[in-house]
Amino acid sequence: MQLALFIIFAALAIAGALNLLLQKHPINSALSLVVVMLSLAVLYWSLGAEFLAAAQVIVYSGAIMVLFVFVIMLLNAGEEEHTTGSRAAYFAGIPGALAVFCLLSFVFLREGKALGSVGLSTAPVGAMSNIAEISQVLFTKLLLPFEVTSILILVAILGAVVLARKEEQQ
Amino acid sequence: MNLTAINGEVPIAAYLILGAILFSIGIGAFLIKRNIISIFMSIELMLNAVNLTFVAFAHHWHAVSGQIFVFFVMVVAAAEAAVGLAIIIAIFRTRKTLNVDQINLMQN
Repeated sequence: MQLALFIIFAALAIAGALNLLLQKHPINSALSLVVVMLSLAVLYWSLGAEFLAAAQVIVYSGAIMVLFVFVIMLLNAGEEEHTTGSRAAYFAGIPGALAVFCLLSFVFLREGKALGSVGLSTAPVGAMSNIAEISQVLFTKLLLPFEVTSILILVAILGAVVLARKEEQQ
Repeated sequence: MNLTAINGEVPIAAYLILGAILFSIGIGAFLIKRNIISIFMSIELMLNAVNLTFVAFAHHWHAVSGQIFVFFVMVVAAAEAAVGLAIIIAIFRTRKTLNVDQINLMQN
């Protein structure tokens, strides 16, 4: 069950990410990024993080991607054209990304035995609900950082409004 | 190979390698894409890959702090997306292009 879930949604996530890389039109990339985020939400749920799965769907694929799609439509972004500068990026980008992947997967595979495995039956011990546990920590120990994020978001809203506002003609 | 699954359970390393794959694709897309919006989307992909790694490790250590970290990463990503897209709109107003090769005011 757990294995089938992982294989299906991991394949979906990788396919979406590759589609993001290969599509020329930004709106196609945005929609494939939505696929990646939704399948990651399922994987979060299978790892026992129900709250984060819901937050991933609401915040990422709901709010952030809608913002992206709005901006793509607002700016009427067409297909990207390739220029001379992007040829160097091909030669640097693909080997660099492969090198990072090889390094990371080497470390993870070497330490794989120590990390153990995940099954739907192996629920975390201390069977308090995950959401209750998160809110317990978030609203007692981490109350100050939690409140600071609200100020951060307020500043971000103000910054977005100021940056995107049309300048008045004088 | 330690990736063999025993009686239907998935090793944590498989989740971590999936995160590594998504992060590498994000790096590749960041370097190859020429459209500024696509570049911004590949940054979001990399953030998501790191979030998956955080959740996998949080499950491994039965610790809730990893999940709280992911929550804060999501909040910062939302703020970053709002400001970044506003900057993209401002750039498009002045330069009339989204191609990063043509946004080279600092070069000369």
